[in-house]
Amino acid sequence: MTQFATQLLNGLQLGVALFLMSAGLTLVLGIMNFVNLAHGSFFMIAAYVAATTYKYTQSFVVSGLAAVASAFAVGVAVDIICVRKLYDRDHLAHVLATFGLTLFFNEAVRIIWGPAGIFAAVPPFLAGQVEIAPGLIYPVYRLVVLGVGVVTGLGLYGVIVKTRAGMIVRAGGSDRMMAAAMGVNIRTLSAAVFGAGAALAGLAGFMAAPMVAVQSGMGDPILILTLVVIVIGGIGSVRGAVLASLVVGVVDTLGRVYIPMAIGSTLPRAVADALSPALTSMLIYLIMTAILVFKPRGLLPASTG
Amino acid sequence: MSRKIVATLFIVGFAAVPVIAKLLGQPYYLTLFGRILIYCISALSVNLLLGFVGLVSFGHAMFLGIGAYAVGICAYYGIESGFVQWPLGIAAAALAGLIVGAISVRLTGLYFIMITLAFGQLFYFVASGLTLYGGDDGMTIDARSGFGGYVNLGNQTTLYYLILAIMLLFLVLLHRLSRSRLGMVIAGIRANESRMQALGFPTYRYKLIGFVISATMCSVSGLLLANLTDFVTAQYMTWQRSGEILVMALVGGMSSLFGPVIGATALLLFEEVFSAYTDHWAVILGPILVLIVLYMPHGLWGLLPDSKKASS
Repeated sequence: MTQFATQLLNGLQLGVALFLMSAGLTLVLGIMNFVNLAHGSFFMIAAYVAATTYKYTQSFVVSGLAAVASAFAVGVAVDIICVRKLYDRDHLAHVLATFGLTLFFNEAVRIIWGPAGIFAAVPPFLAGQVEIAPGLIYPVYRLVVLGVGVVTGLGLYGVIVKTRAGMIVRAGGSDRMMAAAMGVNIRTLSAAVFGAGAALAGLAGFMAAPMVAVQSGMGDPILILTLVVIVIGGIGSVRGAVLASLVVGVVDTLGRVYIPMAIGSTLPRAVADALSPALTSMLIYLIMTAILVFKPRGLLPASTG
Repeated sequence: MSRKIVATLFIVGFAAVPVIAKLLGQPYYLTLFGRILIYCISALSVNLLLGFVGLVSFGHAMFLGIGAYAVGICAYYGIESGFVQWPLGIAAAALAGLIVGAISVRLTGLYFIMITLAFGQLFYFVASGLTLYGGDDGMTIDARSGFGGYVNLGNQTTLYYLILAIMLLFLVLLHRLSRSRLGMVIAGIRANESRMQALGFPTYRYKLIGFVISATMCSVSGLLLANLTDFVTAQYMTWQRSGEILVMALVGGMSSLFGPVIGATALLLFEEVFSAYTDHWAVILGPILVLIVLYMPHGLWGLLPDSKKASS
């Protein structure tokens, strides 16, 4: 039971990180129909900046601000240099250009920070563990990450659902042409959403830095997971992204623990050892395939959310 | 220089590689250009979907991997005959293509990209889970595919010319396909699918046929790659590999038959030349890709004047 609770918390924490990543990406996809494979680079750049800033300033807050600001700045630069020129082109052009950007950023961090990857420290005041329930001991840092993620997620959701700016964003997401006809400047809107999305990805990267290896290419796996989340939730749908992030985060985390146990207790050891890593990694892709086959518009399509 | 001349020069150049390699005393060139030609085949197969059918497959590395594993797994069990390995690999890829395609070609646009990505990942994780056959670390193949006494692939030059011959064969087949009834229907689907449906064509079936042909072609590049490298690994099937193949087709120019050959050659030669000077060649390649997208929508091939049409 304790193990289940711990894993559930881990899953929620992955889910929260995925939501921060997918919020910006799904909106850019929904509003501008733009595929951005470079979104993982924002995550990576923020993690590097956070680790380096923390090393020199020893301040968690300063490193966080620097990380988010750097991701935002890179996002805006990318938008100005290339993304806004590509809105009128097809998905292929988006995929190719942002694939090129990813190559560039992955190699650029290797030049700046070296090929080996760097270590990001957990600040001392967050380093311990805490007993949140009898017998349930959990690292403080992970708990803080979960908390910050939930607060940011709720705040973002509030902005998108309750404010006028959020209404415009949603309008752009459900019907771009109609929103433009109503007087919304779609270019400005998408640039703002792109920058904000990059900043959110930066926040996710900053918080993930002490828990994962900060290295070149670290944004790629999370980018793929984010794309899975977006497809499962429904392209352009923020509510879908919330639901799908949590589903993917929890299913993936719990799957990694319980599938090997389930297989190990039923099948011979040799078979189980070969099967379980593949099966656990495949789980979320199987879900995504099923969604695409049976509900191609996602769990909560944008036009109804 | 017109396109025809460039294409001819490329083919003559490829044919002359073994001679030049021998003259310069650089047998490594055979391996390098063998690899280039293999990726030309992969890029051609992706372009069959991309340029002809109008579908962006982000998972074609799975078919490359299936071909490579057919050689690797057969060799692991001592079955070294190419007469067994190759049909097996091609059949496996056709079957996988049929299943994946049957589900995927119902979808279009972004959803098609995502579902092929998902299937590519599924196959990648299966391969990386096959620790018996090396998984991510890979497995060395002790002997290349044997073809009785007819063709000896152990000879690097023979293998190179076989790769070149297969590449040329595929070019001819694609050319014939584009002029066949099937090719015409597929071109019609790309231009306007609902109109083709209204004309009574079962467009789903035609798209599926295109997908299976493409998968089968791509598996052949896998068969050849396993033979050239004497190695098979799950790393052949990563999504980055699928992306690279896609980029090759795009850089060359997807709206043409020969474009992918130019793209694969340009990209791999770029990598080869620049990696001799710096480990950080990707930092140059990335922005070049962006510039190509921004300013050359028809790829490198689109820069060349067309001998038949005034504009394209």
